[in-house]
Amino acid sequence: MKRIAAVLLAGLGLALAVLAANALTITGAGASFPYPMYSKWFDEYHKKDTNIEINYQSIGSGGGIKQVTEGTVDFGASDGPMNDDQLKAFQDKHGFAILHFPTVLGAVVPTYNIPGVTTDLNFTPEALSGIFLGKITKWNDPAIAGANKGVNLPGNDIVVVHRSDGSGTTYIWTDYLSKISDDWKNKVGKGASVNWPVGLGGKGNEGVAGLVKQTANGFGYVELIYAIQNKMPYGTVKNSSGAFIKADLAGVTAAAAGAAKSMPDDFRVSITNAPGKAAYPISSFTWLLIPSKFSDASKRDAIKGFVKWMLADGQNYTEPLSYAKLPKEVVAKEMKALDGIQ
Amino acid sequence: MSTSSTTLPSSGPLVGSRSFLSRLREGDEIVRLITFLFAASVVLITLLLVFELWQGSVLARHKFGFAFFATRVWDPNAGEFGALPFIFGTLVTSIVALLIAVPLGIGAAIFLAELAPARVSDTLEFFIDLLAAVPSVIYGLLGFLFVVPLMRDYIQPRLKDTLGFLPFFKGPAYGIGFLTAGIVLAIMVIPYIISVSREVLLSVPRDQREAALALGSTRWESTWKVVVPFARAGIMGSIFLALARALGETMAVTMVIGNTPAISASLFSPGYSIAAVIANEFSEATGDLYPQALIELGLVLFLLTFILNGLARILILATSQRGSGMGNA
Repeated sequence: MKRIAAVLLAGLGLALAVLAANALTITGAGASFPYPMYSKWFDEYHKKDTNIEINYQSIGSGGGIKQVTEGTVDFGASDGPMNDDQLKAFQDKHGFAILHFPTVLGAVVPTYNIPGVTTDLNFTPEALSGIFLGKITKWNDPAIAGANKGVNLPGNDIVVVHRSDGSGTTYIWTDYLSKISDDWKNKVGKGASVNWPVGLGGKGNEGVAGLVKQTANGFGYVELIYAIQNKMPYGTVKNSSGAFIKADLAGVTAAAAGAAKSMPDDFRVSITNAPGKAAYPISSFTWLLIPSKFSDASKRDAIKGFVKWMLADGQNYTEPLSYAKLPKEVVAKEMKALDGIQ
Repeated sequence: MSTSSTTLPSSGPLVGSRSFLSRLREGDEIVRLITFLFAASVVLITLLLVFELWQGSVLARHKFGFAFFATRVWDPNAGEFGALPFIFGTLVTSIVALLIAVPLGIGAAIFLAELAPARVSDTLEFFIDLLAAVPSVIYGLLGFLFVVPLMRDYIQPRLKDTLGFLPFFKGPAYGIGFLTAGIVLAIMVIPYIISVSREVLLSVPRDQREAALALGSTRWESTWKVVVPFARAGIMGSIFLALARALGETMAVTMVIGNTPAISASLFSPGYSIAAVIANEFSEATGDLYPQALIELGLVLFLLTFILNGLARILILATSQRGSGMGNA
């Protein structure tokens, strides 16, 4: 008994000593989509500068916006940009603005399970919106078959699967559908959770993937990373230039580069259906949400230091984890925007 | 509380005559106070819970009023929220679960308590307790990976062929939906029914059985007409414990129900439950109204549990009187 107590005390002492040595702990919370990337970055950055420890909780984009607005964390993270009401709420509460900093890029891909079909299918925007609106119900509908000459599509009913949990993935998917279909924009709209016209709900990427895999004639959407890591079949999507693009990291970065020219100063931009011949149309930035003023100068410098590193060396860690890196135009613009943090 | 504290001291003649101070010094009063605080904390936590849910949903309650219970639309983008499909899904899955679990559970409990040799009964009880302790996400996985394909490929097509004329077994067989969620819930709550019912049946006094047997009844007659009615209140209790778990189950349900706020007579149809939608959508719910509507759903679930628990109390009271009446006869 005594020995156990002694060991416990020693452990506690050690923990306290470690805590004391790390003078600065920065907390953040938000999006779960970039969590593997962020945790790698924070880990690497801690190795570089052992005085700074960044503690990130992946509680979801909505939670990240909420917590950074309430001031319970030092920074937030979100897969969708904050809307004007949310920006105003932050400004009203704190008296200064909150800034968006794109970190990496992600993409969402259509995945399917049609018995007997092994080739990559091509999807036009009309086909995707039609299927998710419930207007296209059979695989051999001309809207799908027209873009897939030579593929023997069955006349079976399509089983649509979507995410049931609120997620950035759904935000990107519905943002894209809202851009390419007025019908979708008016009836459903974009958001982390929406009122789906048709389909079954699966929890998480794994829930959607599981349902699609299990159900013959299933059709759903998952994150590109998830599809790559689990070797799932996914289709190409026709972009705004008329080319069918199979999502990969280069295509996603191309979409961001296409959007960079018209990038607003606050970085709140949707790059779905972006211009550019090679751009994959269902892509998105994910953002850090950083207050423009810090009362604690050491925290401010630490966060600025991290973002600087993330934009330069940090970008080299993205591709092994299947995230697409930022185009250099955006990096240059963000470096400038960092001066806005006081 | 108060009756037990007044009757207990009076059982010892010396206790009542001691002064408060001496009782305090000897510790009785301290123990009484401390245990009272522990007991009171349960009430406090319940009240706090209701208060928080009530406070947290003020905007949604004012905006929707009682229409919240009757609205079928759940559209976060349009700011329209209604609880009806979720209440429907919660009730339907729980009812399906009980329809399956009650006969199975009570049957198994009767076997274990009355018919099985003690060694078999105790060994099985060990496994039943083990099953009751399995986390619900494991049942969810079991449901998703095993029950769903089984339903889709075998059970649902067969039900459609044989009972397809009923409105309950229509529509495409996705494998997920009300029926599958009900079955997975049934698997989860059966251990509760068996375990509690077995204990209750075992505690029925031996002379009840002996009297019945002495009057010339068979083993089954003594069990079904004497022992089970005697234990009726306890068995009811086990069923309502099971119902409470089924109503609030989140993880396992969301993995197999299809997560679509639909109201359909067909048990093959995908649906949604209150607990599942809260777990799914709360973390990404932004704005003012949306999270509040989810909290109001929590309040509705609390209300639902409260009403069903109240009904259960009344039922137990009514049947336990009848039960003891039959025991006397």
